[in-house]
Amino acid sequence: MGRRLLLLVPIAVFAAVGGFFLWGLLADRDPSAIPSMLIDRPAPDFALAPPPGVDVPGLTSEDLKGNGVTIVNIFASWCLPCRIEHPVLEGLSSAGNRVVGIDYKDKPADLQAYLRELGNPYQRIGGDQNGRAGIDWGISGVPETFIVDGQGKVRYRHVGPINPGDLEGRIQPVLDALKRAGG
Amino acid sequence: MRRCLLALCLLLLAAGTAVAEKPLADPALETRARALFEELRCVVCQNESIASSHAGIAADMRTLVREKLADGESEDEIKAFLVARYGNYVLLKPPFEPMTWLLWLGPLLILGAGAGVLLLRLRRPSPLPAERSALSAEERERLRILLQEEP
Repeated sequence: MGRRLLLLVPIAVFAAVGGFFLWGLLADRDPSAIPSMLIDRPAPDFALAPPPGVDVPGLTSEDLKGNGVTIVNIFASWCLPCRIEHPVLEGLSSAGNRVVGIDYKDKPADLQAYLRELGNPYQRIGGDQNGRAGIDWGISGVPETFIVDGQGKVRYRHVGPINPGDLEGRIQPVLDALKRAGG
Repeated sequence: MRRCLLALCLLLLAAGTAVAEKPLADPALETRARALFEELRCVVCQNESIASSHAGIAADMRTLVREKLADGESEDEIKAFLVARYGNYVLLKPPFEPMTWLLWLGPLLILGAGAGVLLLRLRRPSPLPAERSALSAEERERLRILLQEEP
């Protein structure tokens, strides 16, 4: 009997390896997605002055503490997907959410034109000219959006533009849950 | 005209990299920086080190590594800094830790299992030739008849 069972070992090994490959092919996962190190950890330390010519204050990590739930959007005027998600940010802002921005490797004049054209949903904007704050946040590109709770802890990360489906299915539930928990 | 445009593009490309990429004044430090670039993974490319990537963020990371080395930080400190932000993903060579034990030891395990099976097979006594060729009484009888039938 023992020897018979031993004959099943190759089949079991094949099933395990095959199952792994099948998972690799079929699972709804993005192999290029990097898991965020920041989830449930304090937002990174940074202090960014407002980009010149912008009439909102700059952004530091201190601004993320004790001010309720904050949506931190890292964007740039040269980034096309940022343009696409802009109306969603406007909507979040006018719905009473605190939206702040980090302007990633941008030219002040371009940013001014961008905000003039599309409107400014940001209560604060920090100018990250050399992209160092971007590295501190662990971003791999723009746009990326983080939801930070009232204690300054990062609770959610969204890579890429927020489309209306993402807003309904992912962002809004996180915001609601955090608000119910008291920010 | 087209040639002019091409030249302009090349010039811009060259200018773009030349501005961002200023090697360290100390050649020994620059050598260490370049060795470290090879170990760090570009976060927007598929499996490319920041040494060979042309992505903007890879250039930013090279600048960051150079700055930190110039500030006297060690390779391990710089790696820890980046791992805190991007996770082990940023290292091209994964560290040896509980999560990666299987990854590092897997090949050894498979080799060991193979050697084990081989040893077991070799140590099991094979049936003796005499036993194998022994004929039953019935078979011997048939053989005798067959041999007798031979003209």
